[in-house]
Amino acid sequence: MVRFIAKTTVGQKFWMSITGLFLIIFLAVHLTANLMIVFDDTGELYNEVVHFMGTNPIIRIMEPVLALGFIIHIILATILTLRNQGMRPVNYHVHKLGHTSSWASRNMFILGLTILAFLTLHIINFWVKLKFGGVGTVTIDGVEMEDGYTMVATLFSMPVYSIIYVIAVLGLAYHISHGFWSAFQTIGWSNEKWRRILTGCAYCYAVIIAVGFSIIPIYFLIK
Amino acid sequence: MKFTLKIWRQKDSKSKGKFETYQIDNIPSDASFLEMLDILNDELVRKGEEPVAFDHDCREGICGMCSLHINGRAHGPDEDVTTCQLFMRKFKDGDTIWVEPWRAKGFPVIKDLIVDRSAFDKILQAGGYISVNTGNAPDANNIPIPKDDADVAMDAATCIGCGACVATCKNSSAMLFVAAKVSHLAHLPQGRIEAKRRVKAMIDKMEELGFGSCTNTGSCEVECPKNISITHIAKLNREFLKANLDV
Repeated sequence: MVRFIAKTTVGQKFWMSITGLFLIIFLAVHLTANLMIVFDDTGELYNEVVHFMGTNPIIRIMEPVLALGFIIHIILATILTLRNQGMRPVNYHVHKLGHTSSWASRNMFILGLTILAFLTLHIINFWVKLKFGGVGTVTIDGVEMEDGYTMVATLFSMPVYSIIYVIAVLGLAYHISHGFWSAFQTIGWSNEKWRRILTGCAYCYAVIIAVGFSIIPIYFLIK
Repeated sequence: MKFTLKIWRQKDSKSKGKFETYQIDNIPSDASFLEMLDILNDELVRKGEEPVAFDHDCREGICGMCSLHINGRAHGPDEDVTTCQLFMRKFKDGDTIWVEPWRAKGFPVIKDLIVDRSAFDKILQAGGYISVNTGNAPDANNIPIPKDDADVAMDAATCIGCGACVATCKNSSAMLFVAAKVSHLAHLPQGRIEAKRRVKAMIDKMEELGFGSCTNTGSCEVECPKNISITHIAKLNREFLKANLDV
C-alpha cells in the first residue's frame, strides 16, 4: 500500500481523487451554511450557524482533517504536474486540443492555483478573524457569539472584493466540472453508463456551486 | 491539388531537427497522405535530395506504424483513421500542412518523421500476455465467456499500438494503451490468473519508460484510430487498486 501511494502516479492520483471528493463534500456543507445568510435579514440565523460551526465538536475535529485534505491534494497535484511537464521535451509546432478535450480538463492546475490564491485571501479575511479576534460580538438568546454577519456584510460592501469572490467561485466551478467525474474515473468507478451520469452530475454540481456561492455577494449588492 | 508542406527533418536521433518547406503540385484528391509523401519523395530523389523518412507497413489502417502529427492532430484531421486512410480531399487546395513526428519522451525521434515506439513493446513484455500450454488449437467455445464481456474485451483488443494516445495527450500519457491491453485480458477468464501481476508490472514499466500520468482530458479516445474508450482507463485503475489492496 505504501509503494502504491509513493511510487506510482496511478496511486498518487487515487489519493488526489479521494481528497478531491472529500473537498467536494466539504463545499456542499460550506454552501449550505453560507446560504443561511440570505434567509434572515437581521443576521441572527447566520450568526447562530457561525456559532454552531465554531463550537460543534464534530466540526472542530473535521477542521484539521479538512486542512490535511487540502494539503495532500495540493502537494500531489504539484508533484504530478511537475512530472508531466517533463514528458514532452520537444513541443509540437502545432497542437490542436480544443475540440478533443475541455478547457477545464487541460487547465486543472492553473484553476487549482487560482483557487489556492483565493483560499489564502479567504482564510485571512474570515477564518483568521473569527479565530483570533477582530470580529465584534453579539448576544442572541443570552449567548454571546461572534458577529459573523456584520463581518460578511462589511466585506461584501466592497465591490472589488465581491468581484474577486465571484471570479474565484467561477474558477472553482470550472475545476469541479472536470474534477468531479474525473475523481470517480480515477478510483475506477466508471463505465459507459456511469460516465454519462457522472459527467452530468459534475456539470450540475459545478452550476450549483457557481450560482450558490455567487448569490451571496449579489444578495448584498441588491439588499 | 497543390500544397505547401512544412515537414520536420532530422538527420538522426542525436541531431537537432528543423522544419523544411516543400511545394507540391498535381496531387490527386484521392491520394492518401502517405501516397502524397511518396510523390514528394519521388520528386526529391529525382532532384538528388534526401527523401523524407516516414514509417509505414500495411497501408490498410491496421499496422499503426505511421507516427505522423499533421496540422496539430495525431493522424491528421479525419476521425478514427491512421495516416494511410487519410485522404488529401480532407484538405483544401493550397493549404499549408505541418507534418511532425510524435513528440514524447517515451518515443524518441530516430530520423525525420520516424519515432522509436519500442517502449510499447517493453510495456507488453512486462505483462501483456497470458501463459498457456502450447499444442493444438483449443476447440472453439471451450471456455464459456458472457457475450458482453467478450464484446468489451474485443473492443479493447482492437488497439494497434500506434501511439496516437501518447502523441495527443498533453501529458504524453500511455494510459489508454496500457488500459486497452489490461482491460482486454482482465475481461476474459484466461487473463484473470495473472491479472494482479500484470497490471502492476505494466504500470511500473509505463512509468519507468517516461510516460506522463492521466488527467482524464479524453483527447486520446478522440484521436484513437480504433475508437477505444477511456472507460478502459477506469477499468485499469480498478484493476490496479484491486491488485494493491490484494482483493
